[in-house]
Amino acid sequence: MKILVAVKRVIDYNVKIRVKADHSDVDLTNVKMAMNPFCEIAVEEAVRLKEKGVATEVVAVTIGPKAAQEQLRTALALGADRAIHIDTSAETEARVESLAAAKLLAKVVEEEQPGLVILGKQAIDTDNNQTGQMLAALAGLPQGTFASEVQVSGDGGDKKLQVTREIDGGLQTVELTLPAIVTTDLRLNEPRYAKLPDIMKAKKKPLDVKSPADYGVEVASKLTLLKVESPAERKGGIKVGSVDELVGKLKNEAKVL
Amino acid sequence: MSILVLAEHHDGILVGATAHVVAAALKLKASIGGDIDVLVAGENVGAVAEAAARLDGVSKVRVADNAVYAHQLAEPLSALLVELADGYSHVLAAASTTGKNLLPRVAALKDVSQISEIVEVVDADTFKRPIYAGNAIATVQSADSLKVITVRSTGFDAVGEGNSAAIESVDTVVENRHSAFIKQELAQSDRPELAAAKVVISGGRGMGSGENFKLLDGIADKLGAAIGASRAAVDAGFVPNDMQVGQTGKIVAPELYIAVGISGAIQHLAGMKDSKVIVAINKDEEAPIFQVADYGLVGDLFEVLPAFEGRLDQ
Ligand SMILES: Cc1cc2nc3c(=O)[nH]c(=O)nc-3n(C[C@H](O)[C@H](O)[C@H](O)COP(=O)(O)OP(=O)(O)OC[C@H]3O[C@@H](n4cnc5c(N)ncnc54)[C@H](O)[C@@H]3O)c2cc1C
Ligand SMILES: Cc1cc2nc3c(=O)[nH]c(=O)nc-3n(C[C@H](O)[C@H](O)[C@H](O)COP(=O)(O)OP(=O)(O)OC[C@H]3O[C@@H](n4cnc5c(N)ncnc54)[C@H](O)[C@@H]3O)c2cc1C
Repeated sequence: MKILVAVKRVIDYNVKIRVKADHSDVDLTNVKMAMNPFCEIAVEEAVRLKEKGVATEVVAVTIGPKAAQEQLRTALALGADRAIHIDTSAETEARVESLAAAKLLAKVVEEEQPGLVILGKQAIDTDNNQTGQMLAALAGLPQGTFASEVQVSGDGGDKKLQVTREIDGGLQTVELTLPAIVTTDLRLNEPRYAKLPDIMKAKKKPLDVKSPADYGVEVASKLTLLKVESPAERKGGIKVGSVDELVGKLKNEAKVL
Repeated sequence: MSILVLAEHHDGILVGATAHVVAAALKLKASIGGDIDVLVAGENVGAVAEAAARLDGVSKVRVADNAVYAHQLAEPLSALLVELADGYSHVLAAASTTGKNLLPRVAALKDVSQISEIVEVVDADTFKRPIYAGNAIATVQSADSLKVITVRSTGFDAVGEGNSAAIESVDTVVENRHSAFIKQELAQSDRPELAAAKVVISGGRGMGSGENFKLLDGIADKLGAAIGASRAAVDAGFVPNDMQVGQTGKIVAPELYIAVGISGAIQHLAGMKDSKVIVAINKDEEAPIFQVADYGLVGDLFEVLPAFEGRLDQ
């Protein structure tokens, strides 16, 4: 079984972002970029399934500017076998919207015919939490979102996938026919770190570059970003010296007790 | 044009978030007019429909009661919504795990974008939503003829329950060959829902163990509070995942939020910094949580918590 993993280049999760002075967007100049943490978990899960002998090949795909190839190299160093970069720099300087990303991924699914596609549940920049579900809809496949456990059962043409999902009230387990789409939650696994020899080897692994036009997909968006603002700042408060003082303040000043 | 709101329910009970989504729909109605219909889809959901009909502002409740919609699996429910969406200009659901699982699928099938977790309605096409873990607020405008939107509850005050809207049944039944429900393990708790509680007390890695979370119980009982946790506390196995507050957990905005043994990482702050009053209890006076806390107490939680509980009795 082949596994396709979608990885996205985003701002490093440790970076505190700043809004541009003209409020047109977030300022990303000279900001440290990295693979979206949920995508790292997706790559790790695919590689583990390969190590267990469930998967035979892991293909990583990204949609974005040329620099996004760095994240593909990371995926290759973590154990993916080959990579596809859909280069959007000719079409747009901006990020590609979820729907367009899902349309492109649906084309890749059609071409590669994977048995399983793993994506992150959300990208930590736009926090959309959409792409996997949209891909599932467009490819006509079932989805196991926010997965904390994934198990393939059965063999031959009768394979099924059990996905344990993190839902608001607790955990839910669903069974899906394959091929299927899975999106990762934080507790699915703990991603490994790439070792130096693997990083060297990754440089030689195949990386195909395509364009949205190759897939006949229009990436233009019907969404316009009008403005980006900083949220209302919280005023720093005070330190209290004792539990008595704390309870007194909560009762008499804040009036919440 | 009219607005369709998807009702959220569990175990035959309408979830509080729905009243917040209807509030967002009322804001939209102010600029576009039309009706606000609520869709209740599930199995044996008569009582849910009646509860939804009481929500102020609702024009009518449409009920799709069939085994195929049980547990609100995304595949059949999105197919149903796609059938019903014609005639509506906006489809809204709570930004819960149900709404997030479902609405992107509906949007893609209708070939429109989806707008996630709005916190403000500017006009019929324009919405505000937090991005980058709430460190920026984006205003986005959609040119799609159908807007598919998830709503963050904390952005809209719940509507009241003085209505008695009409209830009609929807006969549409779809097929589902691709997914099946196996089981569900839901946390049992007598405490209020995290997202709806007026007081939330959360423990972090500093709690040290699941056993120590009992130190929060007595306080939560006295304050009628829900208990939350940081991701570190969940990952360490102290408490279950549904208690996680933050960018990738639950978003809360209670009157009072008490963070105990939590350092204040941006991903945690994203889930609670809109709380009215924040209290931080931490033994490290440099912990970033103190930068957002109205009242900070530097001290060992194992001494502070029992004293705090004792003081509440007085
Ligand atoms: C300020 C701002 C606000 C925006 N608001 C919206 C909005 O409300 N609705 C909207 O539809 N768009 C919006 N956009 C457009 C937004 O840039 C894209 O939707 C976004 O870049 C792609 O979705 P996501 O990464 O948030 O997807 P998510 O659905 O959060 O990502 C989930 C997973 O999908 C996969 N994935 C996503 N993108 C790629 C990619 N390029 N390559 C490979 N895998 C990928 C990854 O596995 C990722 O973990 C906004 C853009 C900006 C700048
Ligand atoms: C993609 C991504 C998503 C994430 N999403 C979330 C999320 O949704 N929610 C979330 O919470 N985190 C999230 N995180 C994790 C986040 O970055 C932090 O790691 C986490 O919030 C830390 O939890 P903590 O504050 O409990 O632990 P720590 O940072 O370890 O802090 C423990 C604190 O306890 C204090 N302490 C220890 N002992 C005592 C004592 N006896 N008395 C008093 N104080 C004591 C310490 O001084 C310290 O400040 C996410 C991370 C990533 C990468």
